[in-house]
Amino acid sequence: MSEMFVSGQSGIGRLIQALAERGHRVIGPIVRNEALVYDEIGGVEDLPRGWTDLQEPGRYRLEQRGDEKLFGYVVGPHSWKQYLNPPETVLWSGTISPEGFMTDPMPEPPKYAFFGVRPCELAAMQVLDTVYGSDNGTPAMAGRSAQREQTFIVAVNCVEPGGNCFCVSMDTGPTANSGYDISITEIVHHGNMRYLIESGTDAGAEVLAELAPLENASDDEVQTRDGLLAEAAASMGKTLDTEDLADLLKGNALNPRWESIADRCLACANCTLVCPTCFCNTVDDNLSLDGTHATRTRKWDSCFTLGFSYMHGRPMRESVGARYRQWITHKLATWIDQFGEMGCVGCGRCITWCPVGIDITAEAEAIRRGDLRDTQVRIGGFA
Amino acid sequence: MALPKLAVYKFASCDGCQLSILDVEDLLLDIASVVHIANFPEASREVIEGPYDLTLVEGSITTPHDAERIHEVRRQSKFLVTIGACATAGGIQALKNWKDTDLFTSTVYAHPEYLDTLETSTPVKNHVEVNFELRGCPVDKMALVEVVAAFVQGRRPNIPEYSVCVECKRQGTPCVMVSHGTPCLGPVTQAGCGALCPSYNRGCYGCFGPMESPNTEMLAAAWQRLGVSHRGLVDAFRGFNAYAEPFRITSDHHEALAVAKGE
Repeated sequence: MSEMFVSGQSGIGRLIQALAERGHRVIGPIVRNEALVYDEIGGVEDLPRGWTDLQEPGRYRLEQRGDEKLFGYVVGPHSWKQYLNPPETVLWSGTISPEGFMTDPMPEPPKYAFFGVRPCELAAMQVLDTVYGSDNGTPAMAGRSAQREQTFIVAVNCVEPGGNCFCVSMDTGPTANSGYDISITEIVHHGNMRYLIESGTDAGAEVLAELAPLENASDDEVQTRDGLLAEAAASMGKTLDTEDLADLLKGNALNPRWESIADRCLACANCTLVCPTCFCNTVDDNLSLDGTHATRTRKWDSCFTLGFSYMHGRPMRESVGARYRQWITHKLATWIDQFGEMGCVGCGRCITWCPVGIDITAEAEAIRRGDLRDTQVRIGGFA
Repeated sequence: MALPKLAVYKFASCDGCQLSILDVEDLLLDIASVVHIANFPEASREVIEGPYDLTLVEGSITTPHDAERIHEVRRQSKFLVTIGACATAGGIQALKNWKDTDLFTSTVYAHPEYLDTLETSTPVKNHVEVNFELRGCPVDKMALVEVVAAFVQGRRPNIPEYSVCVECKRQGTPCVMVSHGTPCLGPVTQAGCGALCPSYNRGCYGCFGPMESPNTEMLAAAWQRLGVSHRGLVDAFRGFNAYAEPFRITSDHHEALAVAKGE
């Protein structure tokens, strides 16, 4: 294990500054439109100091905590795929003229530092590394890995899980074990905000060395941190029983439960778009009116849209029940066949940001119990 | 080679969608370089006779005369595209479909006997075959350019039919229903506006009509959970696309419930 340092909030500010000085665009959580979203931050003053998020199925509210915590919340509607797999990417564009066909120069992708990445989000990036890096990966994603490699990652461990969190069930949190350059745990020690900081890579150690002098954490502080993280692991908002889940879902393709979910599901695609691992996309070709300039754009798509499964004159998954079944079965079962692990990291975004509060853990549990119709899983107060 | 001939017709409407064509500004020159703008009275008094290769129709059918005229327009048009909520769903004036037309005409006009109006406002597709519908109140001007470009290039227009939510998420706009409990028609409404209202922290008004597979009843249940009454739901679904079937069925259902509950 690497050395554990400790600082106050000024050290966090110095860290943000050091990353900016190394040429990174530092992206972190900020408050916007009554939610915590990821955008560029200039310093510690941009972080959501004193805010927390209350999360239930289909409901999210920001509230003041009444303290000075910088990281007293979990994940919001954005995820880091916003940056590594942007919602709209021009794959290429070009112009035809009497001199021939010329492609336009592409902009250099920015060099990011992600600040405040949660353990489940680190896991999500690793899930997508496998998706894009394996033989199953789409060639259209070439470039992501280069971008990924130059991204500096500052992780924040979760001492206060949210209402829809179930990272313990998915074995992705609440403590980050790998995939970060620097990790931070925020604790209150003798009434003071303290930040226990450790490096996970040589690059991380180098940055920490620049921040010197950082104090070494005391045994007492490390014990407080470990205690808080153990407590967090025991207080998840949700659980998902993954035992034999893949076979269970695959064996229930004709369960009438899917149609009962379809009664509630809006097929709006929100769950898939907030999911940090959902990677479905579509490619649009556009041609200017005069036919001389062409643009090929990749856009986020979703298995919940009809156009996504449209082929040979009709959509393959016409009913909403079939679309929900496809999504949950891929996420929790057939993803394993494709990529060797589940596609869910337990962040709870799909539960929170579903406008009608459909809960992936409750639906998986209903299939397990053999509930054909809704009972108490008429979720989010939709009795 | 002669350019394809374009015509633009107006029925019962506010002219806003036609103005969207003029509003493309510089691109209007590009349009004029790929189609011959042959009949567009809003833009030019010069009218060249049909038949036309591409016809854009704005407005709904509200008079016996228009119910006849739309057939003549169809006969003159190889490819007919309806534009806007009036032409595709009957428009805001379709609110009269729930009311007594004689009561309106006798209240508003000194001599209603000079009027010849239908009891209903209906979309063009109820009268003649339509080749493509471009939604919106008003239509998005770049979507209009896309429809013209796709026609000229012989391909299907890139016009999405999924929900407004997809646009919100691509833009990074947090869901207004989830994050502050603002009722929003976005989950049942077709994309196309760029999720304008939610990006200003307001709920969607449904200007682009029902999305491809709208679950309006479940969204209505979610609105009720946010404190909206049956009467409030009737008002929400009876907007610019009131007469579009999924919205109409849901507003009728909640009107019956509002009456039953004495709201």
